[in-house]
Amino acid sequence: MSVAVLLVILLGLSAFYLGHARAVRTVGGAHSIRRLHSLPAYYGWYLALWVILPAGAVLLLWGLFQETALTAWITASLPAQQQALPAAELGLLINDIRNLAAGNITAGQVTPEIQAAAAQLQQWQQTATLARIAVILALTSLIGSLAWRAIQPEMRARNRVEWIVQALLILSSSIAVLTTVGIVLSVLFESIRFFHKIPITDFLFGLDWSPQTALRSDQVGASGAFGAIPLLAGTLLISGVAMLVAVPIGLMSAIYLSEYAHPRLRQVAKPVLEVLAGVPTVVYGFFAALTLAPLLRGLGESLGLEVASESALAAGLVMGVMIIPFISSLSDDVISAVPQALRDASFGLGATRSETIRQVVLPAALPGIMGGVLLAVSRAIGETMIVVMAAGLSAKLTANPLEAVTTVTVQIVTLLVGDQEFDSAKTLAAFALGLLLFVITLALNIVALKIVRRYREHYE
Amino acid sequence: MPEIQSASGDAQLADESFRTIGKTYVDQPRMTASQVNVYYGDKQAICDVSLGIARNEVIAMIGPSGCGKSTFLRCLNRMNDTIAGCRVSGTIRLDQQDIYDKRLDVVPLRARVGMVFQKPNPFPKSIYDNVAYGPRIHGLARKGVELDEVVETSLRRAGLWTEVKDRLAAPGTGLSGGQQQRLCIARTIAVSPEVILMDEPCSALDPIATARIEELLVELRKNYTIAVVTHSMQQAARISQRTAYFHLGHLIEVGETTRIFTNPQHKLTEDYITGRFG
Repeated sequence: MSVAVLLVILLGLSAFYLGHARAVRTVGGAHSIRRLHSLPAYYGWYLALWVILPAGAVLLLWGLFQETALTAWITASLPAQQQALPAAELGLLINDIRNLAAGNITAGQVTPEIQAAAAQLQQWQQTATLARIAVILALTSLIGSLAWRAIQPEMRARNRVEWIVQALLILSSSIAVLTTVGIVLSVLFESIRFFHKIPITDFLFGLDWSPQTALRSDQVGASGAFGAIPLLAGTLLISGVAMLVAVPIGLMSAIYLSEYAHPRLRQVAKPVLEVLAGVPTVVYGFFAALTLAPLLRGLGESLGLEVASESALAAGLVMGVMIIPFISSLSDDVISAVPQALRDASFGLGATRSETIRQVVLPAALPGIMGGVLLAVSRAIGETMIVVMAAGLSAKLTANPLEAVTTVTVQIVTLLVGDQEFDSAKTLAAFALGLLLFVITLALNIVALKIVRRYREHYE
Repeated sequence: MPEIQSASGDAQLADESFRTIGKTYVDQPRMTASQVNVYYGDKQAICDVSLGIARNEVIAMIGPSGCGKSTFLRCLNRMNDTIAGCRVSGTIRLDQQDIYDKRLDVVPLRARVGMVFQKPNPFPKSIYDNVAYGPRIHGLARKGVELDEVVETSLRRAGLWTEVKDRLAAPGTGLSGGQQQRLCIARTIAVSPEVILMDEPCSALDPIATARIEELLVELRKNYTIAVVTHSMQQAARISQRTAYFHLGHLIEVGETTRIFTNPQHKLTEDYITGRFG
């Protein structure tokens, strides 16, 4: 912990006690604190927050910009001949200077210029540390004395502290939102760079995916093709197989659990189903790749069918099993939310349980179930680990689930794993695929949430 | 929710005074309940109730909250079967047939003994489909003209036809509360039941809608036998021929409605109808 952080904490603590003491003193002692608008501790908090928050902000900003500023200055102080070096070599040089200043081992030769620059940097760093403490002290004493002066018996310290707390809460929640926005923007900008190299129409409508770019112009077989259609088709094929498994099984188990099962059985069965949702997808992945895929292959051979050892079917089946608890849990909730009065009405007309479920309960719950299914679809589309392990890499445009296909997520993984140039179309394609995936799942989620919400309003 | 209450505390002291006063059985019964006891788990909700319901009569069941009148009503078409932990003993006969007989299928029974609930509960389907629901599942009418006729007749009998004939495809949940309740009555009539059970059918309705339903009950009596649970003594007096007074799971007194209201025999009945409690 640096001196500055310790200083801020100490300042905060002393501000609390000072504020507390001043509040008590303004009304003439502890026996008459009822004349204060708020409890004395609130005045302490008030002062402490006004000291800690600005000082903390200075610490944070200083930490963010100190290195950048010092690097810029040290670069400017180097001789012109070294400043003219290419960016990569200059970077190495600056790194050496930094290491030297910090007392570490350098990579290159230590010339007198570097030695001088390192000494200069060291000196600047010390000055910066002192300056930071000075700025913090100045700022806290300025703001602190203003806040100190504001402490009067009639000041509403409680309300003001609560206001500050509220502001902190807003700040925290906006961090999550801002992170999302940041991720989206970074993916978006990288995608735009990609679309400068490859036209967006080629990407969206191209039927061929072979993301190889030539290192030399005369290289054989390196004409990059970036058509996303085969990947989307593979994704849809696997998701389709998964939904074919998950929707009927999930829905039927939800109907059994909510309508037929004894409450005690339900209490046991529901958590067990949710354990299924907690199995790491990588476990599902090797189950698909090592157990199910060979099994399907053997089964196919005995029937005279040709099954690829990494088939869409194996990946889809296992993904379906993974999604079952998701659908069953959501459907169970919406089915249970259908009012008992509707069931009574149907029973009262002489309908059987199954007629009641098919003709009254399910139609009433259908919008909610649809919403749940759409959420499950968006999960299936974004699922990565199972398909990486079980679905294969060849971007084939096929509707046959017995063949190997590849998905958007698998390609993102393969494009970014290993050593990559970061400005090649191959790497940037991963961002474009990520954006595509994001847009699809976002659209699905929005539609699903709208449906679920409308359904909720229906009965409340 | 059926009223659940404990009778255990008062059982001993009441032994003598809780014996039913009045003529419990009738000459031409549609339904007869004999020595019916109902338990919810360990709690007894109905104690030894015997009651006959005559053809084409409206019988009103009154009593303070928790007296078991709704529970008793729900026994008459075995709606209590859907409640976990509910046990019924004694016999209930519909046209000489024991409805709690193990060989009897409860599904056709509920078509013969229909039920209208306290809160209007139309299905979230069209008005037409609401009424056609019962005939469809029981195969009472073929699709098309025949089913249309059943729907129209039922809606006419429920006094709703003129109001909804132009919007049969509109959702039943979009009607007003009183209309919804009449839709539920039409839905019940559509399967041609012999008995209609009504559990406080007007308690969620305004006075005008209530008046419509009451007129309807008087009309329906020509074709059906009706048992109504009600909280309103005025309503019981207006619509019923016989009245049964329940208290803490016991049937205290039963008789001609005019007699019950003008000359109650039992102290509890008198206290209740004169508004001393309940």
